[in-house]
Amino acid sequence: MALEDFLGDNIFVTKLNDIASWCRKNSLWPMPFATACCGIELMATGASKHDIARFGAEAFRFSPRQCDLMIVAGRVVMKMVPVLQRIWLQMPEPKWCISMGACASSGGVFDTYSVVQGIDRFLPVDVYIPGCPPRPEQLLQAVIDLQDKIQRTGTVLGSEFDRRIRPEGPRPLALEVPQELQIVAPGNYASSNRLVPGSCHNSQANLLQGLSGLKGENLS
Amino acid sequence: MSEEFPPVLQALAEAVSAEFPGRLLSRTSFRGNLRFHVCPDKAHEILKYLKTRGGFGMLVELSAADYLQYPDAEDRYGVWYCLLDVENGRRLIVKTKANDPDPTLDSVVDLWEGANWMEREVYDMYGIVFRNHPDLRRILLPDEFVGHPLRRDYPMRGKGERHNFPVLTRAEG
Amino acid sequence: MALKLADVIAPPADVREKDYLWTLNFGPQHPATHTTLRIVLNLDGEVIVNSIPDIGFLHSGFEKLGEHLDFNQYVTIVDRMNYISPVANEIAWHHSVETLLGIDLTPRCQYIRVIFSELMRLHDHLLCVGAAALDLGAFTAFLYAFNQREKINELNEWASGQRFHPSYTRVGGLQRDIDDVWIGKLRAFIKQFPSALADVTGLLNRNRIFLDRTRDIGILTREEAINRSVTGPVARASGLVRDLRKDEPYLAYKDFDFKVVAAKEGDCLARYLVRMEEMRESIKIISQAIENLPSGPVNASVDERMVLPNQLSVYRSIEGLIHHFELFMTNRKWKPPVEEVYAATESPNGELGFYIVSDGTGTAYRARTRPPSLVHFALFNHLAQGHTISEVAPILGSLNIIAAELDR
Repeated sequence: MALEDFLGDNIFVTKLNDIASWCRKNSLWPMPFATACCGIELMATGASKHDIARFGAEAFRFSPRQCDLMIVAGRVVMKMVPVLQRIWLQMPEPKWCISMGACASSGGVFDTYSVVQGIDRFLPVDVYIPGCPPRPEQLLQAVIDLQDKIQRTGTVLGSEFDRRIRPEGPRPLALEVPQELQIVAPGNYASSNRLVPGSCHNSQANLLQGLSGLKGENLS
Repeated sequence: MSEEFPPVLQALAEAVSAEFPGRLLSRTSFRGNLRFHVCPDKAHEILKYLKTRGGFGMLVELSAADYLQYPDAEDRYGVWYCLLDVENGRRLIVKTKANDPDPTLDSVVDLWEGANWMEREVYDMYGIVFRNHPDLRRILLPDEFVGHPLRRDYPMRGKGERHNFPVLTRAEG
Repeated sequence: MALKLADVIAPPADVREKDYLWTLNFGPQHPATHTTLRIVLNLDGEVIVNSIPDIGFLHSGFEKLGEHLDFNQYVTIVDRMNYISPVANEIAWHHSVETLLGIDLTPRCQYIRVIFSELMRLHDHLLCVGAAALDLGAFTAFLYAFNQREKINELNEWASGQRFHPSYTRVGGLQRDIDDVWIGKLRAFIKQFPSALADVTGLLNRNRIFLDRTRDIGILTREEAINRSVTGPVARASGLVRDLRKDEPYLAYKDFDFKVVAAKEGDCLARYLVRMEEMRESIKIISQAIENLPSGPVNASVDERMVLPNQLSVYRSIEGLIHHFELFMTNRKWKPPVEEVYAATESPNGELGFYIVSDGTGTAYRARTRPPSLVHFALFNHLAQGHTISEVAPILGSLNIIAAELDR
């Protein structure tokens, strides 16, 4: 190329989208949403033998406002879903989500009354990791896969997210339960009482209004 | 079934029978588990007697079961108190019962502080109310929850409570 | 030193209740909780006046599942209960089941289970100590501890095929026998472990920050320990010397020479020191067990129709196939007595017992867990009152609360 010949070796020509994605993918800041056993494997991934720092993702931050990758490690139960959604909404764009382990991805062995059968029913997920719990190598592979995805699809303004306006998870299980057997959802949030057939997703404003019931002072 | 109670516990059982006539229903044993079955109305007094006179200073475990589908069961709920004599290493299980529609027992938190959360768990899971409990709230399930999931007539996969949440799409945040 | 509320210049009581105190929400997503729990703290400046623990953020219906899965299937669930010492849960569960069914284990099986119990004690205490140190800023100790945990995970993997949740025990035996390679790996592990432990000790035991933040913090007296049903290392650090391995010997524990570690102080430092010393005793037990490992079968006698037959007899003999079939068909399985039994083992965290109510089928009618974490977390308000907010982390770290066991 003539332009590169003209600029010499020290200057590199690329697209803005590519350079932004390249920066983002190599400095992922994970937010470890570690609830159960997978959290220990997540710690092992960060510890000496597996060392997630080799992939530029070692800066675990427990404050969602400083992170761009949420790793949901472990099962999420009904009392935890509002917390999970609230933390997800607090994270700044662009952000990605890894669902680590069988329980987070599908409920795993816990097909019981309280365990959510896969967080993707209520939250967009980018990479799923199988295993109970997954080995640290699998988590590293997921990070590599996510980096690949960011490089392929990423745009500097994050416009690739705008197209994802439909829920991406499986069909809500609530529709399979007869209406007369359903009971009101737990949690002090009025908007989510019962899934009405036909309205699969609520708006964010509704959700935030509902989540405001979660503040600490109500409990004491 | 055939194991004998050690002499100390036999004497204790006789003392309990003498103190609370007719309230010690039976004694059973099975593979080292020695059990007193007591009437619910005097369960608290008997446990207090066992703590102060019998030396059982520690409550190791307290929980319940729902005998709804149990073969030949007469009472709906059974509650057990596993006691431990710390000095001599003796164990004793005290069993009592509760029935619908208003399963109620006296709380033992005044005897053992450790019973506090265990009784709350039983209340949460089975709906057995403990009178005079200082703080009887749900412990594991949310306050708004309806029902008691460890009862036998509660379905294992629940009644739709695990999927009654709003769905977030990626474009929304 | 613990500040009492009275030491602080206190406003009038009515003001204190309304405006003066403020509320801080700790958790459910907080790095120092390690797991998912929530504490609502009532603060007077920095001093904790009262705290309201809120749990259940990981309540997954373990005990409900126990009523639907049979004695061998449920072992995969108890694995996930105290997930930092999985095999200890399996051993406790099958100890209760075998007590119910009246099975006597073979000597080799008992010894292997003892080895795994003690490996899990190391597994648990390493994470507890490492994570407690991590919360207090000592990151290196955490890395040293996880290095050793990886080695134990490799041992799990070699023995059972899974590194984290081995599901290694079966009714009356084990999934499979250990081999010579495993024994060689275990010997190598025992050989290098004391020096690794010495590294952690050297990092923490004279670390001024660590000592200042744990000494005299969260004191639990012996009387309160008894009153509040505390067991395990937390109780032993308070002078309540009770260890089921000595007091009610199960498996083959009476064959081994080891000490029960205890302390009198009852503070966070004592709990840390007890755990460190228990690891040294565990290594002693493991080395005795591996040197005197009996030969013979690992599964109890197959004639009792309680134990799974081995693979070869299932494939090569009609009796083995029928027997296997009998244990796996949903309408056959075990025939336990219609009885109830409570049996407990000394898990790394304390007394882990299972109360099984059996209705005569191969599935427990009620599988109640006696969870040490629940009992220990109930202590929190008692221990934290009067301390400052920075001392929440060492207290939680020294209690070693595992949410999956706390909430089940």
